[in-house]
Amino acid sequence: MEYFLIIISAIFVNNIVLAQFLGICPYLGVSNKLSTATGMSMAVCFVITLATLVTYLINKYLLVPFQLEFLQTIAFILVIAALVQMVEIVLKKVSPSLYQALGIFLPLITTNCAVLGVAITVVTKEFTFGLPSHMLNLGEALVYAFATSLGYGLAMVIFAGIREHLAMNDVPKAFKGVPIALVSVGILALAFMGFSGMVK
Amino acid sequence: MSKNFKLITEGLVKNNPTFVLLLGMCPTLATTTSAINGLSMGLATLFVLVLSNMAISLIAPVVPDKVHIPVYIVVIATFVTLLQFLMQAYTPAMYETLGLFIPLIVVNCIVLGRAEAFASKNGVLASACDGIGVGLGFTGSLTVLGLVREILGSGSVFGWNFIGGNDGMLAFVMAPGAFLCLGYLMVLFNRFFKKN
Repeated sequence: MEYFLIIISAIFVNNIVLAQFLGICPYLGVSNKLSTATGMSMAVCFVITLATLVTYLINKYLLVPFQLEFLQTIAFILVIAALVQMVEIVLKKVSPSLYQALGIFLPLITTNCAVLGVAITVVTKEFTFGLPSHMLNLGEALVYAFATSLGYGLAMVIFAGIREHLAMNDVPKAFKGVPIALVSVGILALAFMGFSGMVK
Repeated sequence: MSKNFKLITEGLVKNNPTFVLLLGMCPTLATTTSAINGLSMGLATLFVLVLSNMAISLIAPVVPDKVHIPVYIVVIATFVTLLQFLMQAYTPAMYETLGLFIPLIVVNCIVLGRAEAFASKNGVLASACDGIGVGLGFTGSLTVLGLVREILGSGSVFGWNFIGGNDGMLAFVMAPGAFLCLGYLMVLFNRFFKKN
């Protein structure tokens, strides 16, 4: 039941793009076409879950016992950068087809603030999910990370669909490009506000 | 001196990080719930930007080309950690409000972007001026966006309430308002500042 709440909350209520404002740059950057949007969502999903697993363990068994929490930011970003690089090398060898599909999106993910954001959130923030607030354990952290990245994918795919239609319309000159995209995201976020209050 | 002054003014309009270069969107949208929050986030970024620009312009000649990005990220992360300590000590309330977005300055593309594009090729003084210019441009955009959202969302200016009571349009303080306001401000910027 608790995992279910975490999933609903992370995908709909506290959607990472539309409510938490993380990962906006790639969200606006690669959502022009549905196919690239799907590729990016898959890559992000993969990296967020893996990065959360590694950073959670490093924080719990290395930083906290030695009272080095102040190194969190530096340690996490290095781990994420190294991890992305490693995933790239491993994928290239093990599954060239998946590597091809994710393509240029993998290296871009290092600077996606959603990855670092989720990694920091699961080890510092206290969660409620309608229950007494507590820090997430490893299982919950992984479920949270995975569900969050699903939410990212959902927002991305919906928005790519909208943009494909926008491209065919006649947009006023000053609105061309990013401004009209931002206004559309605003309306999308307004729709997602309807979910607020379902889960705390 | 005039060259350095030009670097500062260029960051404000011509190279404005938010409206022209479209960098650092996450903190721009997330922390501008009020003018004072936007201003604080801008100043925090300015702090990191100037210091990291100066440090990187000093070490750039001795950093091997292959590892320059990780080295720059570590330098930036160091200054961000420094900033976290300073804010925790002197402005704990603001540190609490801005929350996650202070550590996330590390992955703000403006900071790494300026390090890569400017500081690694120029001297200390010029890099500092570039940092100040771009940082002020970012601070300016965030304050304006924060101001608009605060006026519409809570009916106040820098915390001074002018409509009495809490009759603002709540949506503008929340997520949708951020996207809508930034979108429309960008339209105005395009209309009045961009040539052709």
